[in-house]
Amino acid sequence: MEVLLPRTLEEALEMRAENPGAVPITGGTDLMVGINFGAIRPELMIDLSRLTDLAAWRLEDGLLFVGAGMTYARIIRELPQMRALAQASRSVGSPQIRNRGTLGGNLGTASPAGDSLPVLAVHDAEIALIAAGGRERWVPWDEFLVGVKRTSLRADELILGARWRPLGGPESFSKVGTRNAMVIAVASLCFALDPQTRTARVALGSVAPTVIRSPEAEALLVEAMEHAGAWDDPSAPLPREAVEGFAERVAASARPIDDIRGSAAYRRRAVSVLARRALSWASEERAEEAMAS
Amino acid sequence: MLIKVQVNGEWREVDAWPGSSLLSVLREELGLPGSKNACEQGECGSCSVWLDGELVCSCLVLAAQAHRREVRTVESLSTSERLHPVQEAFVRAGAVQCGFCTPGLVVAVTDLLGRDPSPDELTVREALSGNLCRCTGYAKILDAVDLASWWKREGIW
Repeated sequence: MEVLLPRTLEEALEMRAENPGAVPITGGTDLMVGINFGAIRPELMIDLSRLTDLAAWRLEDGLLFVGAGMTYARIIRELPQMRALAQASRSVGSPQIRNRGTLGGNLGTASPAGDSLPVLAVHDAEIALIAAGGRERWVPWDEFLVGVKRTSLRADELILGARWRPLGGPESFSKVGTRNAMVIAVASLCFALDPQTRTARVALGSVAPTVIRSPEAEALLVEAMEHAGAWDDPSAPLPREAVEGFAERVAASARPIDDIRGSAAYRRRAVSVLARRALSWASEERAEEAMAS
Repeated sequence: MLIKVQVNGEWREVDAWPGSSLLSVLREELGLPGSKNACEQGECGSCSVWLDGELVCSCLVLAAQAHRREVRTVESLSTSERLHPVQEAFVRAGAVQCGFCTPGLVVAVTDLLGRDPSPDELTVREALSGNLCRCTGYAKILDAVDLASWWKREGIW
């Protein structure tokens, strides 16, 4: 076993190109568990934790770019206005874990339970990948996350970060687990309403091989809101059937499995409850804003 | 591999297996057993230390990642004559039973009060959510935080 300690992104990319099997490590909050328990023994690791290039974010032309090396603690501190992202980040592990774990780690590990991933899915994020010589490519999130712990990252590439256009409306992230802290999601959900484009977006975690969107639920909700006049009048109530229909379609799009953390039936039920809650929070927020203005 | 790390103010050099965690290097190579080894998966917080001033689980840091960085452990808090005020508060409040989780909690509480000398209870609970204690039921740990926080506001530390 060997660990390489590049000081710059260029050095890291050269090392990656020369050693295609090398495993990148940043926060270590996932990989180190495997190493400590002897489950994995990478021959070669590349430590990315010193690459300041990756540990940055910027807003440019209305797009938010979050570097792969941004820790959850920094996201919470520096990007609180990105509410769903901040909520998801705050639900990761514990303070100690959030000081180390990074957005790039969630992407690279590609667990369907990765807390930040439903947020990226809701925002149709693109993932930036880079190889030696500076060759960059941008991949839509659903072409990057291709299976349980499987990505389309090439052996010579590193994850630079993710970018997306922040939405203007209500948004939330919520998850179900056995306790508040230190919990891997049994089911999670990110929801956003964008009154400007009149779209609704919902993404689910831990209920399919990858994070997924539910286009059927989104379509139903957009139409129901149109019908109820809720896009124009934020205080117009949605009929109960529309809320139930939305939650049912969310549940129907889940493809959960039974595992140690929960049964498939429980997960399906959990995402429908989260869907109803997220929709009610968004409706309340819009109604309150309308009252205030 | 050769790892050079500043531990509690002193540069130390160890030749460690590249897959070693910072925790195992601290305990096995550097003679600093204050950070406890329990879960080895970041669940319990008993191995909490500061890496470049940030609270981390040392079991989840590859020792090589600490190369040329600064680590502070629970051993840095007290002197041979005097406990750190947070440790003293744990003793006075009866927040120590078996004591295994205590070093990690002391580090986490010191970290919290360093940033926020008078945290409310929810802030304390969230800040300590990465540290497990199976004896106390946490009530006396919260008392200890209150006491240390009061001493901090009084300028005692």
